[in-house]
Amino acid sequence: MSKTSRTSITMPSTAKKGSIIEIRAIAQHDMESGFRYTEGGKQIPRDIIRTFTCTYNNVEVFKAEFYSGIGANPLIIFTTVAVESGTLEFKWAGDGGYEAVNQASITVS
Amino acid sequence: MQGAPKEVTVKQQSSYELMSAENKAMQDDPSLNPAMFWLGDGETLWQQKIGPQNKSCSSCHGDAKKSMRGVATQFPKVIKGKLQTLEGQINQCRVGAQGASPLTYESKDLLALTAFVAFQSKGMPISISETSANAPFLKKGRQTFNERMGQLNLSCAQCHEDRAGLKLGGSLIPQGHPNAYPIYRLEWQTLGSVQRRLRNCMSGVRAQQFEYGSPEMAQLELFLMWRARGLPLESPGVRP
Amino acid sequence: MKKIVHHRRRRWLKQVQGLGLLAIATCLTPLKAFAKKEDADEAIKKIIGGAPIKDGKVTLTIPPLVENGNLVVLKVSVDSPMTANDYVKTIHVIAEANPSPNIFTVYLTPRSGTANVTTRVRLADSQRVWAIAQMSNGSFWRGSAETLVTLSACTEMV
Repeated sequence: MSKTSRTSITMPSTAKKGSIIEIRAIAQHDMESGFRYTEGGKQIPRDIIRTFTCTYNNVEVFKAEFYSGIGANPLIIFTTVAVESGTLEFKWAGDGGYEAVNQASITVS
Repeated sequence: MQGAPKEVTVKQQSSYELMSAENKAMQDDPSLNPAMFWLGDGETLWQQKIGPQNKSCSSCHGDAKKSMRGVATQFPKVIKGKLQTLEGQINQCRVGAQGASPLTYESKDLLALTAFVAFQSKGMPISISETSANAPFLKKGRQTFNERMGQLNLSCAQCHEDRAGLKLGGSLIPQGHPNAYPIYRLEWQTLGSVQRRLRNCMSGVRAQQFEYGSPEMAQLELFLMWRARGLPLESPGVRP
Repeated sequence: MKKIVHHRRRRWLKQVQGLGLLAIATCLTPLKAFAKKEDADEAIKKIIGGAPIKDGKVTLTIPPLVENGNLVVLKVSVDSPMTANDYVKTIHVIAEANPSPNIFTVYLTPRSGTANVTTRVRLADSQRVWAIAQMSNGSFWRGSAETLVTLSACTEMV
């Protein structure tokens, strides 16, 4: 069954055309590494976010693949060029059918 | 004043000051602080109608920004003869006013509500003073703080009063003020309460840990908050 | 609440020291650490194949002393004009002493503007971390950073 969680995007809502903007994306997720054990010695299975993608008016401009070494409540900060006004969509996908989506609008002048 | 403190008056210092620049930034910047998610959950829970009368926190308390402002700086507090912590009072409301079941300590919901309420006092100084009502509890809490405990036979004071600012291994010993709770502790990789942290302290000296929600916990928490009086509340904080 | 053992090495450390008040992580089992470095080398080999790799252009920034290895701010910065003809295609980050070497991979485009990425990673021990960048012309460049990871004081009873 698909699960989801809260996510948060921080980026400017306006920008000059051609300028570089910084985007911060964070998701609430334990990122269970798969390398931890219960007190009884049983291995806790991996349950992490595997991919994060950012599309800008439906064109993919950034992608990240996460492994167990990414910390809990994963944060990623990256840049993109403010080419035009529109919508940036952010997607997280992971183990156990995890999926989360967020959006932000930008006005480019 | 009853029970004149024997503690040497050292300037109070939040353990925020001992953190790396990166961890300080993590606490200060909402776009970096993982605790913000719990605040969002807490805000939702504040509005959630529960119990036989379909009451939410907001049914009685309205806008938390107004009604809860300053509240967290006054807990633990004696209410109707009982020493209540913030978590304890939230549960008292749930059971008494909403007719619902109490939330388990360290559950996501209780942490979220505690964080949400505490956040409304962010930046305000802790304002606990000794009163005739809390004096006996404060005395007990002070005793616990100064008493040796555990297999390592250490008291809180020996590290956090006498040796605060010195190093234990690679880490600086903090004064141990509870002025940022609930905290996103990097060690826990999640948000947790002051009681969870105190239990960690006790396991650190190999002592029998106080139970969640126990009177001993509340008394110790009262003493620690009194000792931290004047320090601004940083909730929800980040700590290693 | 379920008590969770974080790491076998940590439990061993505690039993030997008899204290919960630990702060310095040391390389306890040299053979194990050596094996992890081999895993890291293999992971890098998988990325570059037989191609040559040059030192330079890639700056990896981690705090030199880390209070807790569970959440360490890591920044990669690759020197590149990021134009349609000359940009950074991928950056892989590999750890030399984690249970699994790969930490993350990012895919960039000329629309990225910069090849600067920041995230927060888990570092199981004091170690060297590598960043391998592949440029649009296929060439590989690398940078690294070394850090000392300490443990938090007073953890859960295990």
